[in-house]
Amino acid sequence: MRGDFKKLSEIKLGESAVIESFTDDTMKLKLLEMGCLPGEVVTVTRFAPFGDPMAIAVADSMLSLRMSEAANVLVSVRS
Amino acid sequence: MIKRLKVSLVGNPNSGKSTLFNRLTGLNQKIANFPGVTVEKKTGSMTIGSSDGSDYHIDITDLPGTYSLYPKTLEEQIPFQVLCDPTNESHPDVTVIIADGTNLKRSLFLCSQIVDLKSPAILVVNMMDQVTKSGVEINFIRLSKELGIPVIPMNARDGDGIDFLKNAIISNISVPENDFIDTALFAPEVVQSIRQSVKLNSNYVAFQIANNIDQISFFNDRQERRAQIKEILNRYGFDHSIMQASETLKRYEVISLLVKQVLKAKNAIPSKEKTFTRKLDNLLMHRFWGYFIFLAILFVIFQAVFAWAAWPMEMVDQAFTWMSIKVHDAIPEGVFNDLLVEGILAGLGGVVIFIPQIVLLFTFIAILEDTGYMARVSFMMDKLLRRFGLNGRSVIPLISGVACAVPAILSARTIASWKERLITILVTPLMSCSARLPVYALLISLVVPDHKYLGVIGLQGLVLFALYLIGFIAAMGSALLMKFIVKAKERSYFIMEIPVYRMPRWKNIGYTIVEKVRVFIFEAGKVIVAISVVLWVLSSSGPGAAFKDVKSQLETADPADTELQNHLAAEKLRLSYAGITGRAIEPIIEPLGFDWKIGIALITSFAAREVFVGTMSTIYSVGGSDEDIATVREKMMAEKNDKTGLPQYNLAVGWSLMLFYAFAMQCMSTMAVVRRETGSWKWPLIQFAFMGVLAYISSFIIYRILS
Ligand SMILES: Nc1nc2c(ncn2[C@@H]2O[C@H](COP(=O)(O)OP(=O)(O)O)[C@@H](O)[C@H]2O)c(=O)[nH]1
Ligand SMILES: [Mg+2]
Repeated sequence: MRGDFKKLSEIKLGESAVIESFTDDTMKLKLLEMGCLPGEVVTVTRFAPFGDPMAIAVADSMLSLRMSEAANVLVSVRS
Repeated sequence: MIKRLKVSLVGNPNSGKSTLFNRLTGLNQKIANFPGVTVEKKTGSMTIGSSDGSDYHIDITDLPGTYSLYPKTLEEQIPFQVLCDPTNESHPDVTVIIADGTNLKRSLFLCSQIVDLKSPAILVVNMMDQVTKSGVEINFIRLSKELGIPVIPMNARDGDGIDFLKNAIISNISVPENDFIDTALFAPEVVQSIRQSVKLNSNYVAFQIANNIDQISFFNDRQERRAQIKEILNRYGFDHSIMQASETLKRYEVISLLVKQVLKAKNAIPSKEKTFTRKLDNLLMHRFWGYFIFLAILFVIFQAVFAWAAWPMEMVDQAFTWMSIKVHDAIPEGVFNDLLVEGILAGLGGVVIFIPQIVLLFTFIAILEDTGYMARVSFMMDKLLRRFGLNGRSVIPLISGVACAVPAILSARTIASWKERLITILVTPLMSCSARLPVYALLISLVVPDHKYLGVIGLQGLVLFALYLIGFIAAMGSALLMKFIVKAKERSYFIMEIPVYRMPRWKNIGYTIVEKVRVFIFEAGKVIVAISVVLWVLSSSGPGAAFKDVKSQLETADPADTELQNHLAAEKLRLSYAGITGRAIEPIIEPLGFDWKIGIALITSFAAREVFVGTMSTIYSVGGSDEDIATVREKMMAEKNDKTGLPQYNLAVGWSLMLFYAFAMQCMSTMAVVRRETGSWKWPLIQFAFMGVLAYISSFIIYRILS
């Protein structure tokens, strides 16, 4: 459902979402090759103490990215 | 018969490349959990005896960690250039791909790209101990068949699988037969046209050329060829980012299917490492305790660098004094003797004295990196540092700068964004390095009274702390300024992997330290020694009859009369080229409260700041190579200003000098390293000018305020 799309940066701590698409090409390529593929489930595992960057669990690893970077990732939340 | 083979190790960051490299070559080097730390091209060699009696001599290159062949950062360009360009001098006969078995999918991505290059390759699936522990089984035979290359399970930490790898390397493996994916499907005309114009192994190489035409050095001396290919790309409207994205998605699609076939999670147990890591992170990345612990660790490090290093530094100092005397006595008096003792030995002493601090500091940093903690510090500090145009990873260079800016600047290579890396390099020398300590110590003891507050907190210690703080504030302030001035070449990003915590390997930490010390000796040491010799020439020769006269008086003076000796030595320095220059710059430095004597010290300490103390002792006729700080201090205290008749070294001059040493770029070695890291003299010269102006203005202001 299109209406359910959110930015990864809007996902709350501990919540999971499914990667749908990317809005920035450079970021897209970088994230894709690190295994952040459309269809993968991401879980927000941590925020740095000042709320930025964030850490996500995706595939078998933990990645960190800045909120501005996460804003380029569109995800859908399943309820 | 000896055959030679070139082998490259390539893999994702933290897949265990360095560990495997150490296993194979026995020549250990850096191991860290910090992503992307293997930046320099590391090479080693080994010999493998084969069953037919011939020996293979293998040259191994440890390539920087990368997630794909597409170069996005400086470091990632290296694997791309080495592997995609057959004319590259490191282009391997056999490529060994290291995969992290606990993250097979992502590792296979890079692997599949290399398979499509169609040159001999071997896949090593590392971390098998952890794979087994988590209850996963991998069908290696199937994996090997699907990829078309040999696959070897490995535990690089314990060495299981090494012999199989060695055999595979020399077994004359053939190139993979099938494409993993056929990239020609994405851009058939482009791939075909490129293959018609250049002789290539595979469609994928043509596809890579199309994507990275500007980065391939092969075309640097074949510009018309490059233009021709660019024309093809234009004609067919080749779009890099669409092409790369399609390739990536296609590869992962095939890989997902493949992984389903070869991976069997029998009774998947959540990995102990991951559970442990999460628990520890709750503490170490806590919004309060995280910073508290980081500060506590920093405190211990500083304590170590300053308190524990004092004793070995004293030993080094005494050893060099002893050596100077021995050499001086062993060789006939004369120019050669002086050159050896006052030029070369003095320079060497100035280099070696810092080794204890560098060893201690980098022991701590290596432990923090190897365990995976540094990645967390970067994570916690990124937001704060980003405001100043820096990056979470700038933490390591900034901390290292407290020991010595030279290795610190080299460690800035892990910063992916050029702008953030440049700013880090430019401001790191403002952190108070250990060469400033002797200068501060002398000046503080000169102008700051030895008060104690509450019985324990000494005023002198507080001032020293303030100087370190001032250096840090200046670094951050300058960074903020540069954030608005420096133009970004590319977008900055921070995407990185946070590795699981692992126990540090002591042996590898040992090798890290050896490496850092080597960098310091070769990068900084040679410049310091060279300049020390030049300065010796400048301060031991001078124009005109007056200099000759003093010099011969000094030579014939009664050796027992130390007072006369010292007096003549000071006079000689005054008349030397260094002395003349010192007097010449006096008008420039007078507004800062400096006289020509300080001028001489400023000039002689250009090589390395700590030379200030030695020069002062010569100027104030303390003499001998055994610099007695207490005596220098007394003489300096007694010094009267020629014009006012008041003490020369009052609070105003002391602070003015300390600030000057805090800010000015008096370190040739640092400039040489900055040149190397930024590729031209432009940035070190800008840095020199900037720091010089900052030093001058601050000294001027503080001098005006305090006097
Ligand atoms: N458990 C386990 N750990 C390993 C193995 N190989 C390497 N490591 C650890 O993985 C971490 C990263 O290894 P390193 O060689 O620095 O990876 P690089 O970044 O690819 O050079 C280090 O802490 C190693 O000790 C292995 O086979 N098993
Ligand atoms: Mg490494």
